[in-house]
Amino acid sequence: MSKLENNQARTIDRVNATLNQRYGRERRFRRFGFFAVLLGLTFVGLMFLSIIGKGYSAFQQTRLLLDIEYTESVIDPSGERDPAVLSSANYAGLIKSTLRARYPEVKARKEKRELYGIVSNGASLVLRERVMANPDLIGSSEQLWLPADDDIDMLIKGHIDRSVPESERRIKDNVLAWIETLEADHKIEKFFNLTFLTGGDSREPELAGIGGAVMGSLYTLIVTLLLSFPIGVASAVYLEEFAPRNRWTDLVEVNINNLAAVPSIVFGLLGLAVFINFFGLPRSAPLVGGMVLTLMTLPTIIIASRAALKAVPPSIREAALGVGASKMQTVFHHVLPLAMPGMLTGTIIGMAQALGETAPLLMIGMVAFIVDIPGSAMDPSTVLPVQIFLWADSPERAFMEKTSAAIMVLLGFLIVMNVLAVILRKRFERRW
Amino acid sequence: MLSVTPNTAVGVTAPAGVFAAGFGPVVDESRAINGTVGDITATDPRMTARNVNVYYGDKLAINNVSLDIGKNEVVALIGPSGCGKSTFLRCLNRMNDTIDICRVEGEIKLDEQNIYDRSLDVVPLRAQVGIVFQKPNPFPKSIYDNVAYGPRIHGLTSNKSELDDIVEESLLKAGLWDEVKDRLEETGTGLSGGQQQRLCIARTIAVAPEVILMDEPCSALDPIATARVEELIDELREQYTIVIVTHSMQQAARVSQRTAYFHLGELVEVGKTDDIFTNPRHRLTEDYITGRFG
Repeated sequence: MSKLENNQARTIDRVNATLNQRYGRERRFRRFGFFAVLLGLTFVGLMFLSIIGKGYSAFQQTRLLLDIEYTESVIDPSGERDPAVLSSANYAGLIKSTLRARYPEVKARKEKRELYGIVSNGASLVLRERVMANPDLIGSSEQLWLPADDDIDMLIKGHIDRSVPESERRIKDNVLAWIETLEADHKIEKFFNLTFLTGGDSREPELAGIGGAVMGSLYTLIVTLLLSFPIGVASAVYLEEFAPRNRWTDLVEVNINNLAAVPSIVFGLLGLAVFINFFGLPRSAPLVGGMVLTLMTLPTIIIASRAALKAVPPSIREAALGVGASKMQTVFHHVLPLAMPGMLTGTIIGMAQALGETAPLLMIGMVAFIVDIPGSAMDPSTVLPVQIFLWADSPERAFMEKTSAAIMVLLGFLIVMNVLAVILRKRFERRW
Repeated sequence: MLSVTPNTAVGVTAPAGVFAAGFGPVVDESRAINGTVGDITATDPRMTARNVNVYYGDKLAINNVSLDIGKNEVVALIGPSGCGKSTFLRCLNRMNDTIDICRVEGEIKLDEQNIYDRSLDVVPLRAQVGIVFQKPNPFPKSIYDNVAYGPRIHGLTSNKSELDDIVEESLLKAGLWDEVKDRLEETGTGLSGGQQQRLCIARTIAVAPEVILMDEPCSALDPIATARVEELIDELREQYTIVIVTHSMQQAARVSQRTAYFHLGELVEVGKTDDIFTNPRHRLTEDYITGRFG
């Protein structure tokens, strides 16, 4: 037997001896990875379950069916149909008299107040709107579904337990009795809550909506996109394609990478000091919010864009330069189109980050209580995550479901943006 | 055991007695390679390089190279890997400018104009001196757009039909027209390797340059595609001046009129291709072309 054959026999024995151990290691590693992924998915699943479980009911709102009589003597005693008179009329009185008519046994002042409390404060606004839109209603009567108070809403949705003793319940026995008669008459129902999607913020949970916050987020993101995309892409192109490699560009590069790790509230302070105090831009405005978020998103976009530019093979640049294209033509005709999907992906990720950002916006006053839906980027407004923050702070039980529902909407927007990024990447990815 | 690595070959004289036997006379056997054997001049030069040094950072990549490129001739640059032949080629249309650490000294003239003159614009230079790279690198655009790109950016045509003519003519010259004439809108990257390389040649000649530089244009191609490209080079010679870098000595022998042998950044020997291959004067050249190293 030659030495070589001898060696080969030994090799195979040695390989076999350690084989089980090797495969065992691989199995353990795979199992570990699998459980890690499983654990992660479980937590994500729990989070979604919890949020959706708490928040889905906010998309419904309890309403009461009331017979409203548009008494002329209350609304417009003079009969002139003057809009100023119509708009300041005592519509709450109409509702109160309806309730008194339905429950004639209620006499005590305290009890009357409780009775009036089952209807939302916003109900009178509904009446006013209807009368303003159609003054002919005055003198007639109609049955109308009017929003119930948030406590009643909670009761109907089952968040207030009817079986516990009265002293531990938010809704007293007499109110519960009225509600039960309404339920028996099918005059209290849950409807789809359009107000939640279109309305502005309110102190009354049943009137509060995310419409203002969504518009605020939209204006903020538009400002952020308009500023950060061109600036980010231009910086990336300059640094990657045109800038000389020297100590200064190294310094710039290090600083851009560091900026990505700066706590976002610092950008808020900067925005407060520079944009609001120095340049005198309005507080709480999406314009300033967008500018602050631009500062925060720029590093993300620049880093992603530079990576996308680096990924374009140098042979493409050489090919263009070789036929006599100038540097600028090379970049704009060939390099940029090839890098664009990566840049857009980075931009969308940056925008998603900006959409979910709260801290810097607190510093520039976008945390104010704002009822009106902003009409432009200069109007005071708030944004979705800040709205969630505000509602989470509110003591009313009904704001809890609003908070969860607002988180659902925010998550929905984030998922849509991320899916968009993936589609863009898949759709325009080029192979060469 | 027979191979001599390029490093040890410099100035080594010991194996000379063994190798020299059976070959033509080796002139200047003892001579160091700093200096070129043979006639560097051409009778009707289109490009002239004089005392060119190229540095990558501190490293000297090309040392004191002087060479003429004659009109309507094919000059082949041969030599072992890393000898600087590609670097020299890329100096001829200043493609080395794209490498930050690269520095070029000396003088390279195109028709009496020093191309390294500070006032010279590289864009028109590259329109005059086109280049075909080692790896086919068509743009990820349509075949038509690939060829039309050069004429478009230089504004060589005034209307669509002129551009169509240039595209057709270039593809015809590159021997690709018959294969792609029905699918000009398909992407250039979808072609086979040999077709892509001919597309790149078509793209280069669409600009109508005076000199075409080719950096190992056939290294990624199979023998059939190589033969087509070589035929093409022979046809192109009638109109263009061509400098080709190649690792294949057969290819150099087939397509070129003059051959320059580079070794470790220096131009060792220049001469008529027939002379170089049948009667090399420098021992390094002889070692290389007889396959002792490289």
